[in-house]
Amino acid sequence: MKLIRLALPIWSLVLLCVLHASSSQEIQIVNAERRIDLSSHIVKVFLTLKIENTGTSPVSDVLLAFPPTQANHLALLKAQAATGKRKKKTFTFLDVYPAELPEGPNGTKYFSISLHSKLGAGEVVTLEVLYMLTHSLDPFPEEISQSESQLVYYRDSAILLSPYQVKQQITFIKTPSSKIESFSMVEPTNRAGAELKYGPYENRSPHSYSPVIIHFENNNPFAVVEELVREIEISHWGSIQITEQYKLAHAGARHKGVFSRVEYQSRPGHSGISSFRHLLARLPPRVHSVYYRDEIGNISSSHLRLDSKKSELEFEPRYPLFGGWKATFVIGYGLPLEDFLFELPDGKRYLNFSFGCPLVETVVNKLTVKVVLPEGSLDPSVDVPFPVEQYLEKKYSYLDVVGRTVVVLEKNNVVPEHNSPFQVYYHFNPIFMLAEPIMLTTTFFLLFITCVAYLHIDLSISK
Amino acid sequence: MSSPVTASERTVRHAFGNVLAFFVLILIGVLAFSIRLFSVIKYESVIHEFDPYFNYRVTQFLTKNGIYDFWNWFDDRTWYPLGRVIGGTVYPGLTLTAGTLWWVLHSLNIPLSVETVCVFTAPTFSAFASWATYLLTKEVKGPGAGLAAAALLGMVPSYISRSVAGSYDNEAVAIFALIFTFFLYIKTLNTGSLFYATLNAISYFYMVCSWGGYTFIINLIPMHVLLCIVTGRYSPRLYIAYAPLVVLGTLLAALVPVVGFNAVMTSEHFASFLVFIIIHVVALVYYIKGILSPRMFKVAVTLVLSIGLAVCCAVIAILIAVVASSPTKGWSGRSLSLLDPTYASKYIPIIASVSEHQPPTWPSYFMDINVLAFLVPAGIIACFLPLSDASSFAVLYIVTSVYFSGVMVRLMLVLAPAACIMSGIALSEAFDALTGSIKFHLLGFSIENSQAGAGDASPDNVPAQKNAVKSDASENTLKERTSRKSKKKEKEREKEEQDGKSSLKSQIKRLQVLPFEASIIGVFLLILLGAFYVVHCVWAAAEAYSAPSIVLTSHTQSGLHVFDDFREAYAWLRHNTEVDDKVASWWDYGYQTTAMANRTVIVDNNTWNNTHIATVGTAMSSPEKAAWEIFNSLDVKYVLVVFGGLVGYPSDDINKFLWMVRIGGGVFPHIKEPDYLRDGQYRIDSQATPTMLNCLMYKLSYYRFVDTDGKGFDRVRQTEIGKKYFKLTHFEEVFTTHHWMVRIYKLKPQKNRIRGKSKKSKSKASSTASSTKRRINKNPWL
Repeated sequence: MKLIRLALPIWSLVLLCVLHASSSQEIQIVNAERRIDLSSHIVKVFLTLKIENTGTSPVSDVLLAFPPTQANHLALLKAQAATGKRKKKTFTFLDVYPAELPEGPNGTKYFSISLHSKLGAGEVVTLEVLYMLTHSLDPFPEEISQSESQLVYYRDSAILLSPYQVKQQITFIKTPSSKIESFSMVEPTNRAGAELKYGPYENRSPHSYSPVIIHFENNNPFAVVEELVREIEISHWGSIQITEQYKLAHAGARHKGVFSRVEYQSRPGHSGISSFRHLLARLPPRVHSVYYRDEIGNISSSHLRLDSKKSELEFEPRYPLFGGWKATFVIGYGLPLEDFLFELPDGKRYLNFSFGCPLVETVVNKLTVKVVLPEGSLDPSVDVPFPVEQYLEKKYSYLDVVGRTVVVLEKNNVVPEHNSPFQVYYHFNPIFMLAEPIMLTTTFFLLFITCVAYLHIDLSISK
Repeated sequence: MSSPVTASERTVRHAFGNVLAFFVLILIGVLAFSIRLFSVIKYESVIHEFDPYFNYRVTQFLTKNGIYDFWNWFDDRTWYPLGRVIGGTVYPGLTLTAGTLWWVLHSLNIPLSVETVCVFTAPTFSAFASWATYLLTKEVKGPGAGLAAAALLGMVPSYISRSVAGSYDNEAVAIFALIFTFFLYIKTLNTGSLFYATLNAISYFYMVCSWGGYTFIINLIPMHVLLCIVTGRYSPRLYIAYAPLVVLGTLLAALVPVVGFNAVMTSEHFASFLVFIIIHVVALVYYIKGILSPRMFKVAVTLVLSIGLAVCCAVIAILIAVVASSPTKGWSGRSLSLLDPTYASKYIPIIASVSEHQPPTWPSYFMDINVLAFLVPAGIIACFLPLSDASSFAVLYIVTSVYFSGVMVRLMLVLAPAACIMSGIALSEAFDALTGSIKFHLLGFSIENSQAGAGDASPDNVPAQKNAVKSDASENTLKERTSRKSKKKEKEREKEEQDGKSSLKSQIKRLQVLPFEASIIGVFLLILLGAFYVVHCVWAAAEAYSAPSIVLTSHTQSGLHVFDDFREAYAWLRHNTEVDDKVASWWDYGYQTTAMANRTVIVDNNTWNNTHIATVGTAMSSPEKAAWEIFNSLDVKYVLVVFGGLVGYPSDDINKFLWMVRIGGGVFPHIKEPDYLRDGQYRIDSQATPTMLNCLMYKLSYYRFVDTDGKGFDRVRQTEIGKKYFKLTHFEEVFTTHHWMVRIYKLKPQKNRIRGKSKKSKSKASSTASSTKRRINKNPWL
């Protein structure tokens, strides 16, 4: 993994050279379609680009541009190339790297999609891009009382920000309900129920931008985990123990003034509509010994549903969370070792586990994954499908002497789509499993020997 | 007479007996530990009730900041704005014990949390306590009685009530320290060893560290010494047992910050010093008696007596004058209420308001010590056959503790070990007699025939011989590790002794033999009694004493229903208020608020400042505006009340409210208890007095309560509330828990002054000067 981290700057350097060599004006976007989904607090954007090489030399990279505000909130960016017609479409995933463009205006951030095969002159390719934005819905009014519902702003551009000429484009914005307070008009603009349509616009020059603002109702739970520490402890005696420490917050409009339990209980659909009290965690199948507690003891409001495919833990924080309210808790569970730990032919072992947060529809601002390898394991290495910070730690658990190696992975701004598997490879000699039993046996043996010896030695001075 | 084969058989049997006793003790320890785990199994591993939360918080601080910061800890999160010096006002024994346990575990890389260590400290120490009981009773009446007493103590309900897992309180370790100190005292008394005397002082020091009940030790032991002297049992062993304890013990006790100079200044300790002087006089008399001839001695006595009496009278007169000049006669309130049970209810409502300071009722004796109450008299009789120094101590212990337990429910805890020791002795003696006579009937005639010649000791000197054997036995324990050569010699001597013993035994058996059937029935009945005791103890541990009281459960048709409202409220406070916000509540919830919610409180369960508590009581019993002024002057931002009317939780603030009125009225006389009572009756329905219906506690408890069922029916008081629809002008509801058990209100900010209004009030001010003056007086902080 260290290699990848080093590789990133090098790659961008290489890219810079490439970009200088090929002028961006050789590419033209024939058709762009954007679908923005605002139904939860995670903004999902599906972007379909039809790209044509109008230049003479073949092109290998396509650039995407983001305004700086969006780039800061960008949690995930995936691109795939579609080949074939309609029903026989096949998708191939493409690599995406951050890129720099010196002539970009106003701090625009660029990402470069590298195509598998170079796009020859006059050729056309269709790219599908998915990106997610977090913390992009700003509640307005910022403070609401218990009986009000939550209204938010979403800011974007009606015209796709791109370093290329866009021939034709259209943008669809889907809101959770048809309650839209206001939206900016950039003709032609249409509204139909819960959907807004901007466009079609034709022949827009590179880097054109037309800000729009949409003010609409969104009462979905704005559940944000400010900090999550997942500790995955491997025991070769047959189980994996996971401990997850959450700092949860409601990131929507702040609650103002009175909280009346009477109203909350007697009119559940009407009062405190933007608050939430249930959370759902999807855990792996065959999970056992699940606990849910916080720093002052058990929280007795949770249900666990087990089936062969997955386990679902439905739980409630101690109190319903209104805007701005916070709660902390710990979820822990055990899993059978054979489901997640495998051995390579060369004797190396690897753990295959999912990376992200098991809670449904939540954003994690800062995620720390700690993989505690068993005592005596050597040269750990990690394979994660996206860039993460990583370093090693030592941890001393029950009766450890040399300590356990802990692989720490850190990532900011994590969305549920980051729940993809990652691998930790390490060497482990099974003889270390016996270290602690042998140590205990020896200690007690020596203790009894000393007792026996003491009882048989006569230390008295006077006879 | 006896061949060497039988001698080795005896040593094997002796060794076997020791091993058996050892295993029985281990099992008793396991029993004592595991019977206290019902709370963890039925509920969860959590700290219980009120005081344990404070101890837990202190332990957390200790493990985090270290011992020196702990001694210097000034806690600014409680008793706002006064604060509290924790290091100087807390008995540190429990905290240091748990802190040390935690530290040892961590240095072995066993990462148990502080909470886990605290939860399991009490069960661990009750296992230790039962072992200490074995040692003590063994010194009094032999190992059989010791084992019986240890088993009884391991599960006595009175002790279980204070030491279930999670009940992390001083008493949990203090009872162990108490019994162990008594054991070392008796051990020193039996052996006369200075080594044990030193250990005794150290053990006393640990007791002083752990619990204020150490005054019981420092008064009981002098009483026993005095008893021994009066009954002519003075011996150098008594001197060794007592004098070092007073000197070393007092010096060590003065090291504990919370005791400090109290160890020599307060009346609780005077008895020990007086006896200290007496024992020296007696020792001197005995010494002189040894030197002088009897005639000279008589002369000396008359001379000394006449001078000594005069001096004594003078000293005592001065002492009495000094003591009488202080208002409480040098005794602290709690100690005074021990001597005069009506003292507290007369003068200190804050002591009287605590339920555990009330005198117990008869059923509580049966609940807490069960069949032991019936076995104790038998044990006392057994202690008089024959009366030794040790058994006289046991008798004195039981007599004094029965008195103290009659004064305060809490001190039932001190009675429990004494009752266990006595019952253990009684059970063991009864079993001895019964099984002895069974044995006699089954195979006794053959033994008698074989040893008829040997047993010719007259029945008159049986007790004397037994005493001799006993002292020999204690000597044996002294020389436990003598050289092998001397062992051989001793063996020979032992042989002779054992011959004597066996003959003696047959002698006793012949004397105490009972009819065969009667003894079988007797054994059966005793086992039945024991079984009843065990069943009762397990029931008490499982049902009566294991509830943590912060989580409540009730069984309904749909299964178990959990009321976790307290932690819901504390968690809300912890996460959704500012770190420096002050929370006002009645003092019962102070410790929990600081520990669980981590917020500053005005008063807490350490009731050291009566005025401060009275201020909160006054605010709670004042009308809204006056209460707002008091709270605002104390920087309070949130007010927390406990309300059980919706779900029927009886120990809520409305039921405690009269104590707030009494305590508040004790300091601020404008709060009068009769204003809140209608014809001497406390009620909250439509018959209630307007003062009651307008006070802050009523309003905060019942605000919008009528909206729940339309009538406002209070399930605790079983009545409809008096005033149903009202608005709050100076407070706003910010949080109410799921079952309404905790309600939190925020003080509304002061309104901006409108110009016209202020002018108006100014013009009025002159006319209503007197009334405003009175109102200002009502607020004690202005």
